Amino acid sequence: MAWFSACSIPAVPLFLQVLGRFNRARAAQLTLPHYLCQTPLFMPVGTQGTIKGLTKNQLEEIGCQIILGNTYHLALRPTSELIDELGGLHKFMNWPRALLTDSGGFQMVSLLHLADITEKGVTFQSPVDGKPMLLTPEESIQIQNRIGADIIMALDDVVRTTITGPRIEEAMYRTLRWIDRCIAAHKRPNEQNLFGIVQGGLDPVLRDICVRGLVERNLPGYAIGGLAGGEDKDSFWRVVAQCTAALPEDKPRYVMGVGYPLDIVVCSALGADMYDCVYPTRTARFGTALVPEGVLKLKHQAMANDIRPIDPMCECMLSRDLHSSIVEGRFPEFVCKFLQTMFPKGDVPEWVCNAMEVAGIDISSCCHEMKV
Amino acid sequence: MKFAVKKGWSNGRARSGVLQLGSCPFPIQTPALLLTTRKGLPPFTSPDLLTSSLPSPDSHLLQFSPLHFLEGISPKTISNIGGLHQMLSLHQHIFAAVPRDSIIALPEHDSTNKYGASFQTPGGRLLIKPAEYVELVSSMKPDFWVTLADEVPAWVSNKRNRTSVDRTLRWLDDCLSLNKESTTIFGSIVGGSSIEERHRCAQEVAQRNVSGYWIGGFGLGESMDERAALLTAVTDNLPEDMPRHVSGLGLPEEVLQGVAAGIDLFDSTYVYHLTLGGFALTFPLERNKGENADYQLSDSGGDGMKINLKATVYRKDTSPIVESCICFTCQNHTKAYLNHLFNVHEMLAQTLLEIHNTHHYLGFFCSIRKAIEEGKFEQFRRNFVESRRDRLFAAASSA
Repeated sequence: MAWFSACSIPAVPLFLQVLGRFNRARAAQLTLPHYLCQTPLFMPVGTQGTIKGLTKNQLEEIGCQIILGNTYHLALRPTSELIDELGGLHKFMNWPRALLTDSGGFQMVSLLHLADITEKGVTFQSPVDGKPMLLTPEESIQIQNRIGADIIMALDDVVRTTITGPRIEEAMYRTLRWIDRCIAAHKRPNEQNLFGIVQGGLDPVLRDICVRGLVERNLPGYAIGGLAGGEDKDSFWRVVAQCTAALPEDKPRYVMGVGYPLDIVVCSALGADMYDCVYPTRTARFGTALVPEGVLKLKHQAMANDIRPIDPMCECMLSRDLHSSIVEGRFPEFVCKFLQTMFPKGDVPEWVCNAMEVAGIDISSCCHEMKV
Repeated sequence: MKFAVKKGWSNGRARSGVLQLGSCPFPIQTPALLLTTRKGLPPFTSPDLLTSSLPSPDSHLLQFSPLHFLEGISPKTISNIGGLHQMLSLHQHIFAAVPRDSIIALPEHDSTNKYGASFQTPGGRLLIKPAEYVELVSSMKPDFWVTLADEVPAWVSNKRNRTSVDRTLRWLDDCLSLNKESTTIFGSIVGGSSIEERHRCAQEVAQRNVSGYWIGGFGLGESMDERAALLTAVTDNLPEDMPRHVSGLGLPEEVLQGVAAGIDLFDSTYVYHLTLGGFALTFPLERNKGENADYQLSDSGGDGMKINLKATVYRKDTSPIVESCICFTCQNHTKAYLNHLFNVHEMLAQTLLEIHNTHHYLGFFCSIRKAIEEGKFEQFRRNFVESRRDRLFAAASSA
């Protein structure tokens, strides 16, 4: 596979080449300025410019391709100006592969007391001195331009899917207005890829309007946002299915905040390519290991004298397995094996069965009810 | 275990030696450093990093206290797995069991009695009897282990001191008789700050059938000045061709003092404490004549020996901790990045720093060995101590 030098910047900073398919699922090669990635891929969250406790060599060894940095945290410490002055986040961390930064908006709304969203942007209280501050789409893009990640995210008006009412519609239209402001403010379109984020809650009509609005802007990639916030799984997969069906084939689809291995398999079957979640790193800090059968709570007394190895299925490896199974034409078999390992009694959740039906994957061998 | 002093390589009492122990296929050159561990692993370095980012075989000597294992995984389970080497998958490393470590198993001389030694641990005060100790040790299967000792600080009464020597000898004999599997044992020598008691204890232990000697009771409040005579009171009474191991001599000057007295193995928590505090070792390993102590002083809270990576002066410093250092951290990362990691309390900060500090300190031991082999140890020691004074003076006057 052609290696992509970190020094040369391509004429197009993003190129997606589909290598294999199974119905809606696709395995692709995603070329970014700093790395040649294979999708589906999982991006671990390296909040403050590091994945907790892992060196860059260890990360490369486990197959990590893109790391997500949190704009909010980095702008606070060590500040985007300092990162810029020292040559960008890649150089600062000495991470030779790809980076993605989020817009900072989500952290503000979820972390900060008295954060509020207006047409201008996100107003909040500075965590440093309590002064009122404003994060506008323009400011978010400028910060991300300074940080220098391969992929940057538009500032969106994100609303939890558990909320109903006119707020969702307002947020969706605002997201579309803000994408234009983000595009105008973006100073490095030849080096950094600005992804738009599809909002619209659980309403298919709103989601459709948002998708079409973003696709009109011809962005390098698209994220499906506003999910992974507590909505029921049946609604979750339907939104993903609708969006992936409507988004262009030749651009990557990123489902933000997903997640559990099962969610990743389902979304990949429905045609998504990229994922991020704090789940693996966070759950590790609490002593929980991810294994094919589910989770192992290592701090449990029962584990105290268990001398068997963990047998890890790290999410990076999961996505690598997804990619190769699609490319090698054995995706349905992979999905079945995955589900059988996770649900040995055949109790695959209904939402997964419904989603797989839409994805055109026969999982009857895994489901107890279907075995007659 | 095989140990030999390299004949013709001695400078006064300082000697150069070679140690060969079961698990490790490579011979270890002495004087050597044992890395402090918590339950067998360095506090911030994972096993894969231990093997991939630290020099071999220098970094293969690991010291642990069996008392670490009184909580958590049971010694029986460790025994079932096959011992520490198996459990940690560090088959080529050398594990040395020492009852006391200076971090979480501190000797509590007031509570030690005729039955056993008392230690202050995070889990409370523990009394360990020789039989329990031997059982603990045997489940770990270390490459060598030190017998249980009654260590007392410098200020105890003569009577208490004498008792500690009597007890330590008695426990040594207990450990020897309980040693069914004929494993490699280092006999413990104590004696506090009494030359006579040190002398007596050393002579007694020298008569026992042990494979080496562990010198305890240091790093417990005695001054560096009084220590020199105490060390030689011990080493002068020990056979030449047996290894001598000391705990509690952590600082570079203390190590040099120990080497000058004829010590071969050192375990030290210096690196651990530096790393915890965000301090990186920077003192030069190569001694150049007329070298000026002109780097990294005053602003940073440094003193020519080490720098404080948390200092704001490093926020934008894109140079490595030490320009010529070949450790993973210096080859890959800048002071600016480390400064950021420390400021945001990220785990990676200590991992990267422990790698550098360990690397650097192992390099110091390498320089010591080289100086001994070149017949220039006393000069090396003098230069080191003097240049440290020069740097401190310069730092103080420019502050």
